[in-house]
Amino acid sequence: MKRLFPILSILTVILLAYALYEALVVAPTDALQGDVYRIIYYHVPSAWTAFLLFFINFVASIEYLVRAKRSTEVAAKWIVIAIGVIGVIATFIPAVQHMLPTGMRPSAVATTVVLIPVVYFLIGRWFPGDRLDILAVTSAEVGVVFCTIVLVTGPLWARPVWGIWWAPGDIRLTSTLVLWLIYVSYLVLRRFSSSAQTQMLAAALAVFGALDVPLVYFSIWFFRTQHPQPVIGGGGSMDPRMLHVLLINWMAFLCFAFLVCWSRFRLELLHREVEQAHAMESLVGAGASKTSLPLSRRSE
Amino acid sequence: MNAVKFLFAAYIATWVIHGVYLGSLVRRFSHLRQQLKDLGKK
Repeated sequence: MKRLFPILSILTVILLAYALYEALVVAPTDALQGDVYRIIYYHVPSAWTAFLLFFINFVASIEYLVRAKRSTEVAAKWIVIAIGVIGVIATFIPAVQHMLPTGMRPSAVATTVVLIPVVYFLIGRWFPGDRLDILAVTSAEVGVVFCTIVLVTGPLWARPVWGIWWAPGDIRLTSTLVLWLIYVSYLVLRRFSSSAQTQMLAAALAVFGALDVPLVYFSIWFFRTQHPQPVIGGGGSMDPRMLHVLLINWMAFLCFAFLVCWSRFRLELLHREVEQAHAMESLVGAGASKTSLPLSRRSE
Repeated sequence: MNAVKFLFAAYIATWVIHGVYLGSLVRRFSHLRQQLKDLGKK
């Protein structure tokens, strides 16, 4: 494992450099926006990565909450299986297909629905006990970093294209900002609360926070917004060469996010180890001071 | 040409944010390792 990390880091740096070269040199220039459209190669992959990390945080938080009771754990497993099965069957029903937003492919919806139980069971298997909570805090923190990039690169793209930095009241922009604020408050809660219930409260907050992710994603279909349609699985269109570069950049960002999450996970493990060591030390210290008391005061 | 500065600003901002976060991870790692070392000495 110790050798794997530097090897993966080198591969990720090479991939990121190649993705940057593709984004700045190989990808064709947009006829309308010119070169500034190339912000898409950092803006969109960062958004997708943030959504994925918030989804992992959501699943880890749900599993952490349901593990409090054996009966709820079993019920949750069956609910997740039912969501997967019913969701896939529903996407093949013509009446349901008509209800999907324009441009959204039923196969894309079915794939996403199948991923829900798959991710749920994989996370449950790979992250037993307290590691589930560590995964939740890790994915939230790295997700906030990627979401920050979305909120910074978005206005930098909007200024030359729309003529404004921010469209006040725009549902896509506002819901993304709200999403970022929810996860920042999640991290603040985890950082500064010393209550025994902090992990439970944070997990509950994460579940509510994740409800904003579909709102952010689907807002461009259901509300009037200045934000363009999505380039994959939506009504937007893109030159195949541009799409190729976009996917390369997303791969590079996913590899980078994986390595950052790995480091953050190890950091949290080390943090808990130090906390345990401090607790042990204070216990030993308390025991030693008690034994050093005069015999007459020991009963107190 | 004027719009290209926004492109470079976005790319630079992305890596500055990642750099700051990675820097904070390294700082926290070294702080915890130092704490663990100090606990081992006691």
